[in-house]
Amino acid sequence: MSENSIALIFVFPLFGAVLCALVGRKSRNLCHPIAVASLAGALWGGIETLRRVIASETNEVSYYFGGWNADAYPRGVGIEFRADYLGALIMLVVVGVAFLVAIYSKLPVAEETPEKEGPFYTLFLLQVTGLAGICLTGDAFNLYVLIEVAALTGYGLIAMGSARAAAATFNYVILGTIGASFYLLGVGYVYMKTGTLNMVGIQEVITANGLADSAAMQVAFVFICLGVLIKMAFFPFHAWLPNAYFHAPTATSSLLAPLVTKVMIYVMIRMTLTVFGVDFSFENTLWTEVIPWLVVIAIVCAATMALAQRDVKKMLTYLIVAEVGYMVGGIWVYNYYGFIGSIFHIISDACMTLCLFLGVGIILRKRRTTHFDGLRGLFRKMPFTMGGFFVGGFSIIGLPPTCGFFSKWYLITGGMLAERWEYMVALMFSTMVMVVLFFRLIERIHLAVTESGENIGHGHGDLALPESETFFDEAHWTMLVPLLLSASVVLVIGIFNQDIVNLIQDFLEPFDLPKGTGR
Amino acid sequence: MVAEPTVVNDVRPLIAVLTPMVAVVAIAWSGEKRKNLREIFTLLAGLVQASVVLSLTPLVLAGNVVEFHVWQIFTNVPMLLRVDGFGLIFAAVASVLWIATSLYAIGYMRGLHEHAQTRFYSFFGVSLCATMGVAFSANLLTIYFFYEMLSVSTYPLVTHMQDKEARKGGRTYLSYLLFTSLCLLLPALSWCYVWLDNGQGAMDFLAGNSMSEQFSDTTQIVLLLLFTFGFAKAGLMPFHSWLPNAMVAPTPVSALLHAVAVVKVGVFCVIRVYSDIFGIEVLQALDGEQIMVWIACATIIISSLIALSQDNLKRRLAFSTIGQLGYVVLGATLATKQGTAGAVVHIAMHACGKITLFFCAGAILVASGKKYVSELRGLGRKMPFTMGAFLIGSLSVIGLPPLGGFVSKWYLVLGALERDYVWVVVVLLVSSLLNVFYLLPVAVRAFFRNENDNEEGEGGLKEAPWQCVVPLSCTALGCFGLFFFSDVLLSLAGL
Repeated sequence: MSENSIALIFVFPLFGAVLCALVGRKSRNLCHPIAVASLAGALWGGIETLRRVIASETNEVSYYFGGWNADAYPRGVGIEFRADYLGALIMLVVVGVAFLVAIYSKLPVAEETPEKEGPFYTLFLLQVTGLAGICLTGDAFNLYVLIEVAALTGYGLIAMGSARAAAATFNYVILGTIGASFYLLGVGYVYMKTGTLNMVGIQEVITANGLADSAAMQVAFVFICLGVLIKMAFFPFHAWLPNAYFHAPTATSSLLAPLVTKVMIYVMIRMTLTVFGVDFSFENTLWTEVIPWLVVIAIVCAATMALAQRDVKKMLTYLIVAEVGYMVGGIWVYNYYGFIGSIFHIISDACMTLCLFLGVGIILRKRRTTHFDGLRGLFRKMPFTMGGFFVGGFSIIGLPPTCGFFSKWYLITGGMLAERWEYMVALMFSTMVMVVLFFRLIERIHLAVTESGENIGHGHGDLALPESETFFDEAHWTMLVPLLLSASVVLVIGIFNQDIVNLIQDFLEPFDLPKGTGR
Repeated sequence: MVAEPTVVNDVRPLIAVLTPMVAVVAIAWSGEKRKNLREIFTLLAGLVQASVVLSLTPLVLAGNVVEFHVWQIFTNVPMLLRVDGFGLIFAAVASVLWIATSLYAIGYMRGLHEHAQTRFYSFFGVSLCATMGVAFSANLLTIYFFYEMLSVSTYPLVTHMQDKEARKGGRTYLSYLLFTSLCLLLPALSWCYVWLDNGQGAMDFLAGNSMSEQFSDTTQIVLLLLFTFGFAKAGLMPFHSWLPNAMVAPTPVSALLHAVAVVKVGVFCVIRVYSDIFGIEVLQALDGEQIMVWIACATIIISSLIALSQDNLKRRLAFSTIGQLGYVVLGATLATKQGTAGAVVHIAMHACGKITLFFCAGAILVASGKKYVSELRGLGRKMPFTMGAFLIGSLSVIGLPPLGGFVSKWYLVLGALERDYVWVVVVLLVSSLLNVFYLLPVAVRAFFRNENDNEEGEGGLKEAPWQCVVPLSCTALGCFGLFFFSDVLLSLAGL
């Protein structure tokens, strides 16, 4: 069974989805257990896969669906799934996050989208299938298919939200389709020039036939990057994201916000390193000069827009856009440490964003709003929830020993060694904005002061709220446990970051990235 | 420092760091309903911590360092706790004074019927854990961890009142501390990590350093500036104004954290960087290192002048603290053995003196509700113990024998003379004079200016609760004690 672990990552959620669709009509209550169980199976498959990758001598495990394995040159035919450290780590994050959100989703789904458990969990599981597939596929066209699987299910999941979700989804559909079309065009060019769609195969042909100077390949690279940038909501292509995630149901935004943008960063790393190769991607183009400046603009603008929000959930959606800037920057400063930072930030950002969105979901359920006005007294009401929420917040700020500190550390180091000072300054700026954002929340939750700065109540911490708003009333355990688990994961990944960074370093070593010698 | 100290592996540093955290769990569990039990846990944790720290003294005096390896953070940079002379002095001061403060806090918080006392004691414990961690850190990264932990865990204490002023104080507090630590300190750390032997030696305090070989003079000065201002808890101007604003906190917080633990963490980190990352030989040879001496001297003089004009007693004491922190930084910047030792010892001396003054200010507030210097007339008759202790604390801060403050100032002067900085000696003398001007009138007014006023309404005024008076008397006596037992401190500081 273990040698099929890669396949199990897909089989479990895929058949779970089918099962949900079948039983969803008659017995809605079965859908949640089915989703949790199938994701537990996928999680087991994911852990098993990572173990096998670590155990293998080449640090790589391939799996050919249906046994199609064409060794002929150029590698072309066959559905290859390849797990190396990068893919396996991100896949594990995807499955792990999905598992926690599945547990968490029981109450929000029942309350926000009543009687739609069947369709919801069907789409939910298909979404996970698509995202996990993106991380593992070894084929550039299959990657497109899986991106679309994830995107289409995502549209459905978001559209289930509030009345305004439909309009937001429409926005997302248009931009998402444009992005996917760019990607597909790029893959078309690549296929024309190389005659293969296998990722390693493309790289082999580029090296063997000296395609580095080919204009068609350059165009293909630009199209693919552009498509991926739109899909990951890189500023200024971010317009679809805030509204889509804000109006989506709680369970949906908790699943999509931590994963979708991060998986797209993974695609960018995969394309630059594995498919096109380091020399092609970073030496021959103007991009390495231009993109860091775009990143600076992206980070500064997104952080500033986050500052202007008066709603926690909306604010978080802009934070995601800023974080995308961090990771794209880590790639394009083109430095060994920058790549470590980017890859580690994919993992840590997924965990901390999950933590924050789970917390916001609980706030929404208790207070019926996520607006800043409704936050007062939440520490007293739900100390554990808010504690977990703020672990996520501290991680976004980058306070040790949360994982956010370590990813930021590597990103800063990468920027410094590549002598990209503008990138460093942008990181510092955004760090300060995050400090303001989260301590502004703490102030509103903790202090007895109105928005305009007047004292309320009779002093001595009197919050002047009816007792029903402040008495101890923790979230339901199905929501609280995933939140606390994700908060502890944020801490554990931070404390034991060395083990993960070692794996990332093993993955990056063969690519011979510049390490910087500056003084 | 001894050239090649013997390393002893021992778990006691970890116990000292984790004791307050265990206590926090117990405190939170006890809660408001079992408040006597809760206070017992606080006192118990203080006693355990202090005895563990003090039990390390003989080992360290014999020339050993005690280490405990917690976990590996980065390749080559572990999370490592190490006890050496400097760290032990600071840890001992903080943990012993924690016991006094805990007792004092009981009297103060109950006397004023403060709200949310469980939260207060819990975060107090967390802060102490972070302070111990800083004292026992063996490399820059470990120290940074605990430094940030301290910034965040003291925020709920500063904003304890939860009102408008608390919000303002808390905002200033955090924006200064986090801005400097995230925007100045973090790049400096990163810089050291990647450009010095790839993190092999530079992060560790014992490793010996290769600063002068690796960096040009200008780079070293930039690094020095980043570190000195990055540790803004040291209160060096112009990053000092968080400290007066943090005085909105309840007095036990001002006493232990903003006269002892937090600010001393700042100067302690500065000393570490100067003497163990750069090294005093490197600094003496470094062109432009005098800039740091100037900054420290300017801080001393300016803050003393500002203190003269403050009517709010706690704010006056806060500016006095900034000036005294300037002494410690000055000792480090002098880059001589005696100067550094003077700085380390001054941490202990000033801690004892200044905590006494804050305890007195709090006791006055509990007993009479007064917080301005101009209101204190005639109080000495009603509160003889408190005002007596205030006088002793003032004299110690001013630096008169036979009080502790004299010893450290003496070594600072010696250090300045060793570098031929006569003008620094002048600065020290002028500053002592200013100390006299802004501290002595408080006590003098309380004792002598009674005849003109005949305030009938205050006939019932008497001393604060015994839980307040006993600790402040003890720390006042401690100021004498530190003078007579200063040889132990000096030998721990490497003289």
